[in-house]
Amino acid sequence: MADLKVKFCGKEFSNPTVLASGVLGVTAASWKNVVSSGAGGITTKSVWFNEHKGHPNPTIITTPSYMMNAVGLPDAGVEKAKSEINEYLKAKPAPLIVSIVGGRTDEFVKIAEQIAQLDIDIIEVNISCPNVESEFGKPFACVADDAKTVTAKVKAAVKKLNPNISVIVKLSPNTEDIVKIANSCAQAGADGFCLINTLGPGLAINLETRMPILANKVGGISGPAIKPLAVKLVNDVFRAVKLPIIGTGGVTTGEDALEMMMAGAILVGVGSAVYYRGIDCFSKITNEMNEWCDKNGVKSLTEIIGSVKR
Amino acid sequence: MTHANLTELPVALKIKKVVDETPIIKTLYFHYALNSRPGQFVMVWLPGVDEKPMSISEDIGDGFAVTICARGDTTKKITELKEGDQLGIRGPYGTSYHFEQNENIVLIAGGYGAAPLYYTALEAAKLNCKIDFIISAHKKENLVFLDKLKKFKGLTLHVATHDGSVGIKGRGTDILKKIVEQKEIHRIMTCGPEMMMKAVCDIGDAKNINTQVSVERYMKCGFGVCGQCVLDPMGIRSCVSGPIMNSKVLKMLDEFGNYQRDENGNKIYFDNPSMK
Repeated sequence: MADLKVKFCGKEFSNPTVLASGVLGVTAASWKNVVSSGAGGITTKSVWFNEHKGHPNPTIITTPSYMMNAVGLPDAGVEKAKSEINEYLKAKPAPLIVSIVGGRTDEFVKIAEQIAQLDIDIIEVNISCPNVESEFGKPFACVADDAKTVTAKVKAAVKKLNPNISVIVKLSPNTEDIVKIANSCAQAGADGFCLINTLGPGLAINLETRMPILANKVGGISGPAIKPLAVKLVNDVFRAVKLPIIGTGGVTTGEDALEMMMAGAILVGVGSAVYYRGIDCFSKITNEMNEWCDKNGVKSLTEIIGSVKR
Repeated sequence: MTHANLTELPVALKIKKVVDETPIIKTLYFHYALNSRPGQFVMVWLPGVDEKPMSISEDIGDGFAVTICARGDTTKKITELKEGDQLGIRGPYGTSYHFEQNENIVLIAGGYGAAPLYYTALEAAKLNCKIDFIISAHKKENLVFLDKLKKFKGLTLHVATHDGSVGIKGRGTDILKKIVEQKEIHRIMTCGPEMMMKAVCDIGDAKNINTQVSVERYMKCGFGVCGQCVLDPMGIRSCVSGPIMNSKVLKMLDEFGNYQRDENGNKIYFDNPSMK
């Protein structure tokens, strides 16, 4: 039995699997159910300051190789989020990462100021959702200066209110130079990163009706197909910037998770695997990691982080 | 949860036949082997507009039907479609009603909840079950499948309307109370407004009868990923662990009969007395 515990931004996680933002993340009850299913930590669905409507259905499609979604970040706003978070914190079975999203920089700061009043662990600044582009323009995660500004302002606000809360930035693969964006965020005081957000957007067409299937027409691609890209970008950021990373993108097995960690991730975000392997994918992945470690003489998972040879 | 081919994409199907049930409720028939079980649902996609979960009202092997009430913009547009028009269908999804050979069962429907229970009756009759079918609504115009049920051989039909326009004047649950007193009932299955189903659970639980409920929540993906339809406080997903759930499980879900969540996750309480 290998030691599966990892430390991320000073917080201890019982195992490296964390629920990725956007999947099963609407209510405290759902977060608790995911922890019962083996997750080492939880990332909430992205929280807006005010109530925000998502896109009509269909919002998610799947094939064996990929999932594509344009849910459009529906949310009831920060007040409802706070009541769900407080409900979760009563028992707090695992660390909580709260994802926040806004249309403008000041909106991110306003939400962070509300969330930082609670005893949560990490704020994930979602500057990279490709599904609200029609509403807000190019994500901040695609422009280094914008990414830097929002990171600096959120970090300053959170530090003032609750220095125990770390601020990490969710990075987009849909940019020419992810390392440049990561460096900008690091200079602005980011404590870590989560990457990658969904790829694309992509388009899927129903042949008979000749219509795009997603109501938003285009959507972010996730699932097994994007894993090699995620592993590569995690490794790029790991080598260039010395900050902790949540590696996410198509992880469905223990082997996938180990690969992500060897590339440099400390935690591994799990989302689409809930579909591919069921809600207990967290314990399945963790068990598979454990088996591999036992077979290969690895005593602690921390040994493998960033251990890829080059 | 099994996903044989791990694909969730709508299949475009031509509407084979449209039947008017009431001025706002239509049944759409499709020629397609859905392989469903009674109580399960499909996602019905109107391209370019929206996609909604609908329970299945018949499945005869190479064809199936859904019964749709025009209660919002999307369902209104769907009920305006004609024979030959296309809709996208994915599924079937979720759990189904469970019954066994030769059982005495009561099916109790409120309004267009009669549609999935009609399908259930068809399947239960094949297993030689003795069926009491209670159908109720505010008024005659809100009853669906009444003629089909009247012609259903071997099924005992009970009708109640709140205004007395057809059947007894009162509630379906009044009839249910009498039936469970008069004879041995193995299972009760219900579909209708939540407060009615809650009352059905109370009656079934008091008699220790297996009671199965069709739980309706706002759904997006239908296959257990988006988290839109999770139930408090257990956090279970109504699209995967439901829609058909046992009253004993519902007892652990404070949310049942109390509130549901809207598309953004806000709690909407069932405080409207007309829903009771």
